[in-house]
Amino acid sequence: MASKPPCFDEMLKEDGSPRAAYAAYHKWFAEQDSTHLKQKARDAEEFFRRTGITFAVYGEDEAEERLIPFDIIPRIVTSREWTKLSRGIEQRVRAINAFLQDIYHRQEIVRAGRLPVELLEKNDAFVSQMIGFTPPGGVYTHIVGIDLVRTGPDDFVVLEDNARTPSGVSYMLENRETMMNMFPELFSNIRVRNVSDYPKNLRASLSRVAPPACKGDPVVAVLTPGIHNSAYFEHAFLADQMGAELVEGHDIRIVDGRVAMRTTQGYQPIDVLYRRLDDDYLDPLIFRSDSVLGIPGIFDLYRAGRITIANAPGTGIADDKAIYSYMPDIVEFYTGEKPILKNVDTWRCSEKDSLAYVLDHLPELVVKEVHGSGGYGMLVGPAASKRELADFRAKLIAKPANYIAQPTLALSTIPVFANSGLAPRHVDLRPFVLVSPDKIDITPGGLTRVALRKGSLVVNSSQGGGTKDSWVIDDD
Amino acid sequence: MLGKTASGIFWLFRYLERAENIARLIETGHRFTLTRNSGRQDEWRSILAALGMDAAYRATHQDYNAAQVVDYLLRDKRNAGNLRNLIDNARQNARTTRTAITRELWEAVNECWICVNDALKRQVREADLPATIDLIERQTAMVRGALENTMLRNDGYNFSRVGNFIERADSMARLLDVKYYVLLPSVSFVGSSLDNIQWETILRSTSAYSAYRWLYPGRASALGIAEFLILDRRFPRSLAFCYGKLTDNLRHLAMSYGAQSESLAEAERIYASFASRTAASILEDGLHEFLIEFLSQNRNLASLVEQEYRFNS
Repeated sequence: MASKPPCFDEMLKEDGSPRAAYAAYHKWFAEQDSTHLKQKARDAEEFFRRTGITFAVYGEDEAEERLIPFDIIPRIVTSREWTKLSRGIEQRVRAINAFLQDIYHRQEIVRAGRLPVELLEKNDAFVSQMIGFTPPGGVYTHIVGIDLVRTGPDDFVVLEDNARTPSGVSYMLENRETMMNMFPELFSNIRVRNVSDYPKNLRASLSRVAPPACKGDPVVAVLTPGIHNSAYFEHAFLADQMGAELVEGHDIRIVDGRVAMRTTQGYQPIDVLYRRLDDDYLDPLIFRSDSVLGIPGIFDLYRAGRITIANAPGTGIADDKAIYSYMPDIVEFYTGEKPILKNVDTWRCSEKDSLAYVLDHLPELVVKEVHGSGGYGMLVGPAASKRELADFRAKLIAKPANYIAQPTLALSTIPVFANSGLAPRHVDLRPFVLVSPDKIDITPGGLTRVALRKGSLVVNSSQGGGTKDSWVIDDD
Repeated sequence: MLGKTASGIFWLFRYLERAENIARLIETGHRFTLTRNSGRQDEWRSILAALGMDAAYRATHQDYNAAQVVDYLLRDKRNAGNLRNLIDNARQNARTTRTAITRELWEAVNECWICVNDALKRQVREADLPATIDLIERQTAMVRGALENTMLRNDGYNFSRVGNFIERADSMARLLDVKYYVLLPSVSFVGSSLDNIQWETILRSTSAYSAYRWLYPGRASALGIAEFLILDRRFPRSLAFCYGKLTDNLRHLAMSYGAQSESLAEAERIYASFASRTAASILEDGLHEFLIEFLSQNRNLASLVEQEYRFNS
């Protein structure tokens, strides 16, 4: 009987022995008593609950706070693997910034015939108010998260770029804190690269793009939509760790041509605003006029060099799913190099031949909405019912340009610690990247998300995904 | 510090103080029902009155059955000021001020919220009431411990203290007013046995019972107790003590901001006025009138602080 080829497991070879990256960890694990580990897993959950690392889920009655499930088995990457990965990430992020600079200025890439102009002109994520403006230091995406999946020993591919307001970095940091708390002996014996400098680096990175109007030490603030936002914990966490104020729209007013926050001693100007609010809500004078979360007039002051907004408005165009399929060209166009990291093969359903192929092969493919996110509005062909397939077929025929399709990837697995013992589950990896005028800084590791349901490929926390601590180890 | 943050810390400790106050009143009320055969319903009514909840309670309840009142105070959804909500509000304020409070303080508040929520998921049986009240008192004490042991003595700390003592003075004055005004309508009752029970209750519900006995063994008089609860600067819940602390903390704030402060001037004026009073003169001029006047000044101080430090606008 023919069966699907097994997925690449990052910890164990087919004969059940550990791969090099996991050798030391696996030896330790084999010596542990499983009752003790089960207790540790409960302790970890208790630790998250006590420290309030929760996200809000809104049901019909009242808001409920949930924990993102945490698995105690780490994701481990060797320094050799990481070196290659980080070179690829750096190249891609550099290209994304060059691309943004270009499309909001001369649009050389369009002139060169490498990107259809409709993809910019007809795209909601393209912010025409950014045309002709260069943000301080030439940085567009101060914070980027690159979603990677692994399909083999040497194959990391980019599933998605997050160039707007990538989230999850607080989980990366708290997962590590939790692991060091639970298993200190592991960190004494295995050299795991540190991640705890991220907030300090974030602050330094934001300080280097202060606007011309800034005098002295830049004042940094984090803008949150408020306590009811599902990522509020992360906003407060980052502000706290950076020593920055956490502000909401109603704490802010424009005073003497500066964006200023209401303090106990009057209004104080903000130099750099790390906003965790979508473009649409940022400035009701420019974008959605019904937004009560934003700051009326901030955009004009931004263009006048009175404040820096991170990430810059209009960066969403770079992680648009329709643009994604052009990323290999974009990397090559701006860096003059072959892309180090591969893209997933992508069919643009806007193209007639591609649409025909996609309709013929729907049960094998993953179809994504061009503007969707968070795992919503997505079809996973092999897991879909006949009914779901038929529904999606109709949607595709009605609005082909709204969709792209990709082959179902054999995502790598890493075991999770389940009641019955080790159980392989699919994972992805989101490394976090900080961009400043003079350098690109990638935190070693990132956030590993894991689909806890057996066989599931969907790792999003809103769809039942969990997380793991992610290690880059110095093995030589 | 953001005005919103100052407000958050101020209210975090007002809510916490208010929750502790409710727990203490329930403890006293419950003790009263165990030790006295008469006047039980009156006692619960006066507790509701001291919390300003009597009218709302009566709108939905027939009588002052102990189990009902306790549930109303602890967790009844019809009572927005129930203890569970107060702890929830305290935590919400802690969440919005995460950037200004220590991790230890945040975790203590969060743990308090988790434990109290667990304990109050269902109506508390009488058999479990003492343990539940004890749990609440322990958890709130941990929050205070975290504040004292880990917070920088900066503006945030001072706002927490100002919120705390404004609330404490408010609840002491309300309690005194209810006890004196409702239960002792005539001076001729002073010295009677009913009176002694009432004063014992008042001392217990302000955690003053043992302190008072140390200072005045065997002598409980209305005058002595009024002196103790209003004017004694050694007792940490007296009005004079609260205002001593308020002037200290408002002075620290004004000094650290290097500015004149209207709220400090007002707190100092109220504090100074205690020095010129004796319990006898207060009782003679009318305790109720004194307390009504005080409550209004105390509320006014709260709104001066709110405006001066830009809590809301």
